[in-house]
Amino acid sequence: MALETSVIEEKLTGKFGDKVTGFIQLNDIFSFEVESGAMAQVMGYLKEDPILRFNFLTDVCGIHYPDNDTDRQFAVAYHMHNWYDNVRIRFKCFLNGENPEIETATNHFLSANWQERETYDFYGIIFKGHPQLKRILNMDEMVSFPMRKEFPLEDGGRTDKDDRFFGRKPDNVNNN
Amino acid sequence: MSNSKDIKIVDAPPGVEGSGFFATKLDTVVGMARANSLWPLPFATSCCGIEFMATMASHYDVARFGSERMSFSPRQADMLLVMGTIAKKMAPILRQVYEQMAEPRWVIAVGACASSGGVFDTYSVLQGIDKVIPVDVYVPGCPPRPEQILDGIMTLQDIVRTESVRRRSSPEYQELMASYNIT
Repeated sequence: MALETSVIEEKLTGKFGDKVTGFIQLNDIFSFEVESGAMAQVMGYLKEDPILRFNFLTDVCGIHYPDNDTDRQFAVAYHMHNWYDNVRIRFKCFLNGENPEIETATNHFLSANWQERETYDFYGIIFKGHPQLKRILNMDEMVSFPMRKEFPLEDGGRTDKDDRFFGRKPDNVNNN
Repeated sequence: MSNSKDIKIVDAPPGVEGSGFFATKLDTVVGMARANSLWPLPFATSCCGIEFMATMASHYDVARFGSERMSFSPRQADMLLVMGTIAKKMAPILRQVYEQMAEPRWVIAVGACASSGGVFDTYSVLQGIDKVIPVDVYVPGCPPRPEQILDGIMTLQDIVRTESVRRRSSPEYQELMASYNIT
């Protein structure tokens, strides 16, 4: 018998109470929110529980919400997959905008290593306990976290484009 | 049967010819020899590299210009062809390849990305390889057709043919290298 989403919800609320909230079926994926401090526990439970059996961590990625309250300006999204029943879930942990820190998932899934490094590389989210938290895709000398909205997408060193001829304004100019 | 009259060879440089001797400047002889045996080092990272593969192959045949010997070691190459987007993380590697080449060495930037960053006006991409190494010839296009790459090589041959043998020890050249921090 396939694993029903109601069973996932009941088991999680039964074990973690209000640390796990906002259950919703979004299109074809069951989603919820986990309090960032409880992330590692919830992930371990989802993995080890004999009924839930979410044995595969598909994805870890960051999100920046600059317009949110300070406590919810960053999110880390985790996608997990139960191979036995072929059920996928997704959950988000919201983090503080000034001090985005969360526990590492590498104790449960070794595959989280590179994905967390990538998330750190682009968003500057600190994964506490990660074995080697350093940049993975961008060059080591880079000082910005380029996927954060406050950093410009375009390279400042561009010399062959005169913005006047391209009908646009340079980086970080208010277009109003 | 092949007819040996069909085979073209390079014209002799201007000079004084007489019975049993030919006198000319050393510069022109060295230039002629260098220009017609440029050993390319293809540094291909993306689609321009595919165009260069067509340029190397029989249809366009870069060997007609004396460049049939592809060098995959920078130490035995004269002409560095940079084809494709160079990410900033790749820039030190490109620079190291250039530094490993022995003088005389020339560089062709093939395509929009190598010349200026192309459409990738973004934080992760080097905005033209001339930010890290000096470039002799720029080939425009996205990607350029093999004819354009050949035209770039022929333009470089003109540069090589007329270059002074002393250019590499000239103060201008030293200054150029110093401006790129290459010793």
